[in-house]
Amino acid sequence: MIAPNFRTVEAAGPSFVVELSQFTGPLDLLLSLIRDEQVDIYDIPIARIAEQFLARISTLGLDEAADYLEMAARLLRIKAQMLLPRADGEEAWEDPRAELVRRLLEYQQMREVVDLLEHRGEERRHQFARRFVPASVDITPINAPLALALGDLLAAVDRVLRTSKEPTLHEVVPRALDVAGAMTTIRSVIAMRRHCRWSDLVSADAEPWQVLSVLLALLEMAKLGELHIAQRQPFASVEIRRDAVSEAA
Amino acid sequence: MTPLAKLLEAALFAAPRPISLDALAALDAEASPAAVSAALDELREHYDVDGHGVELVEQGGGWQILTRAEFAEAIERAQVAVRPQRLSAAALETLAIVAYRQPIGRAEIEEIRGVAVGSVLKSLHERGLIDIVGRSEGIGRPLLYGTTPQFLEQFALRHLEELPRADELAIALRGAGNATVVPE
Repeated sequence: MIAPNFRTVEAAGPSFVVELSQFTGPLDLLLSLIRDEQVDIYDIPIARIAEQFLARISTLGLDEAADYLEMAARLLRIKAQMLLPRADGEEAWEDPRAELVRRLLEYQQMREVVDLLEHRGEERRHQFARRFVPASVDITPINAPLALALGDLLAAVDRVLRTSKEPTLHEVVPRALDVAGAMTTIRSVIAMRRHCRWSDLVSADAEPWQVLSVLLALLEMAKLGELHIAQRQPFASVEIRRDAVSEAA
Repeated sequence: MTPLAKLLEAALFAAPRPISLDALAALDAEASPAAVSAALDELREHYDVDGHGVELVEQGGGWQILTRAEFAEAIERAQVAVRPQRLSAAALETLAIVAYRQPIGRAEIEEIRGVAVGSVLKSLHERGLIDIVGRSEGIGRPLLYGTTPQFLEQFALRHLEELPRADELAIALRGAGNATVVPE
């Protein structure tokens, strides 16, 4: 139904090309046409207005067009109804334009309110209120004198310390060597046997600290001249014997 | 100024929004409502008669101290304050309908404006000018919208009744049936 009209519209020339973004909707556009044509809103020449309406919306993109197309369809239906012949003296005839006129008037009234709001809003925009932002927390000014008892301060420190995480400490354990004990053991062994071997002093399942203790004790006793350490060949068993000097002593 | 007028001035100075008469009266338990009204008049006169950069304004359901309009540009030039953005024509139309017909649902607004108003309603809601005030009993129980105190404040209205009544508007709605119908 609309398509043929679009064609006539395009043929009508560029004078009909209108930016539709200036209208807030189909009723706005319709009112503007009625104003431009200086026709009575209560007696709208529907055929003419409908044609102009279609002319204007022909420039619309499809996204915006839906609301306007609905109105176009409405106008064309009214136009058709107006053309229907009716019997003379038919009293019950209802003007098919009535509903449209009601809507236009209602819309026009609303536009009057828009003007009023716009005017008042514009005036208000020229006045500024204080921008007060309430503080979210009570903060004592920095330059205020400190009122604080020592106990409060200590309590505060305590609170801070409590909440702070326990520091991780690495304890360094002193190596438990028992050189003196090892020397006593060695002395008692060589006192009885005059000489012995490394394997006699250190058991197979000895802990590292025990091995070290015996080694250091042997070196110490050798230095003191209490015993003599010998190894006949590489990797052979170490022989330990009472020193002649200490024996003499 | 009387002590009460000074107290009101202090409270109004500190407030970011209009303060209602009730809230002002609560500042001083011993002050009668009449005394508060008198003190407000005194404060307003003080600003008007002596000539001040601010004035006392009644709007948005209460009282507020605002800078005088004549200084708006200078204040804005100095970047002390920025005027709120204007509303688009489409937004104003929708707002006007809500103001007059509240509580009102989306479908009714669309019926009057002849266009879809979903996104406009959303932006008006985000600006705090309208709020959801209930649900209609109709099918799907659609949301009903109404204006907020912020709306009154932004359009310098004391209360909703200050809007002209529908029959006071230049285009009073006549029943379309009254129209003289001349077929083409």
